[in-house]
Amino acid sequence: MNKWEDNKAWLMVIPVFLVVAVSAILPLMTVVNYSIQDIFGPGQRVFVGTEWYREALLDPRLHEALGRQLLFSSLVLLIEIPLGILIALMIPKKGWGASLSLVLVALPLLIPWNVIGTIWIIFTRPDIGLFGAAINSMGLPFDHTASPLDAWITVMLMEVWHWTPLVVLLAYAGLRAIPEAYFQAARIDGASNWATFRYIQLPKMRGVLTIAILLRFMDSFLIYAEPFVLTGGGPGNSTTFLSIYLVKQAVGQFDLGPAAAFSIIYFLIILLFCWLFYQALIKVGTGDKP
Amino acid sequence: MKLQKRTVGLVIYFVLLLLPIYWMLNMSLRTNADIMKVFTFYPHEPTIANYVKIFTDESWYSGYLNSFYYVSMNVVFSLLTALPAAYAFSRYTFLGDKHLFFWLLTNRMAPAAVFLLPFFQLYSTFGLIDTHFAVALSHCLFNVPLAVWVLEGFMSGVPREIDEMAYIDGYSFPRFFLTIFMPLIRTGIGVTAFFCFMFSWVELLLARTLTTTEAKPIAAIMTRTVSASGLDWGLLAAAGVLTIVPGALVIWFVRNHLAKGFALGRV
Repeated sequence: MNKWEDNKAWLMVIPVFLVVAVSAILPLMTVVNYSIQDIFGPGQRVFVGTEWYREALLDPRLHEALGRQLLFSSLVLLIEIPLGILIALMIPKKGWGASLSLVLVALPLLIPWNVIGTIWIIFTRPDIGLFGAAINSMGLPFDHTASPLDAWITVMLMEVWHWTPLVVLLAYAGLRAIPEAYFQAARIDGASNWATFRYIQLPKMRGVLTIAILLRFMDSFLIYAEPFVLTGGGPGNSTTFLSIYLVKQAVGQFDLGPAAAFSIIYFLIILLFCWLFYQALIKVGTGDKP
Repeated sequence: MKLQKRTVGLVIYFVLLLLPIYWMLNMSLRTNADIMKVFTFYPHEPTIANYVKIFTDESWYSGYLNSFYYVSMNVVFSLLTALPAAYAFSRYTFLGDKHLFFWLLTNRMAPAAVFLLPFFQLYSTFGLIDTHFAVALSHCLFNVPLAVWVLEGFMSGVPREIDEMAYIDGYSFPRFFLTIFMPLIRTGIGVTAFFCFMFSWVELLLARTLTTTEAKPIAAIMTRTVSASGLDWGLLAAAGVLTIVPGALVIWFVRNHLAKGFALGRV
């Protein structure tokens, strides 16, 4: 990276820093503050140090929820990223087809998350929902309120339906930003479609794909409203993801301490994974720099 | 032949994508009793009662106006602050740049549930509760970092020689930025504007916590009505259909910026 070295660039960053810091730093400090105290009421607090953290880290149900969460987020990345790139490649480059495709792709993203869960409840009902009825008419028993596997399939389908469009839009914008000259050069060289994709389009999409992977990872790791509305974390605990478990813990508890400690741990886990992804994706970039 | 295969694939994807949305539309044109009783591919006795209720009841339609108001504010804030910052990150090295860049994104990583109470306390200290400004500002927490990251990606795709040429030609920085640089990255600006709009539009927890009556967003009004007297599925579906409309209009307006990409021959 040959950039100009100039600390005056801070002047351009200060507005962003201030806007974000106002909303970020004080609440975070407050939560850290909760997490190390036992609060009985106003003015009655006891410093408990790392007790809440130890409690949270030793909680077996938290380990299970974390395991489910990791599996869920890995599946999300493995399905949505390749599918999103594939669809972005299929969308025409210009004309009315491109406009129409972009509008259609964006539709699922625009529905509030709690509504998405509610719509999918009906959509997947075997008696009055299109999806449930279609599966049942093929002779497959399907009921996401009783079978953990069906519940997982339903939540995954909903998640892929809802969020693949984000990857599509990012990948499509990344593809459109590649100058036409690259494709002309590839054509002259007689490069196959696969070679064009592998050596021109994919490396050029690295920036947007980094964002797509990080966003999909952190947002799927924090997923709450859709599965909560759809399955309520059940059947049993089979779709109780981390955030659902966190809210189950926090709600109805007078003391926010344990939930605050849980939140900090939660945050650190996401931070760790995102940092690892980010480092890995930067390294990939230096290998085949365009 | 190849082109056809690609089109067929796309059509299949869109059919699958539209099915749940069609089902929502289907539900929105039926009464609640009808939805719960009968399975039907299309409404046999379509009724627009659900839509009439939303458009005539102020507690419903004001939700759309509130959402639209603070979302627009948020998009403007986010773009105005993020554009210069993204330029700084893509063109300069400065003290702490890499850490700051990654720190920005960490603000999207906190589970909202427990952070809501401190948020409420912070905003009530400044007397901002129940204002559109409060919601717009709090949504900057996750939209500004996203905007900086997306814009930085697009800006880094523009060769630095373009900046150098412009400065040699005697362009001032604002003039260069507005007349040469922004047109080059308009794809990125279009995507960013849409994402900011989208994430702010569908965000529920913060918006609900920071408002009581005056600035209540539509997503919160939906949940409130739902919890009151059991679920009114038809009304909820109609409200859901209507929440799609503004965003679809936004993407219709930015579609050209998305689709055109950038031409290096411009400078």
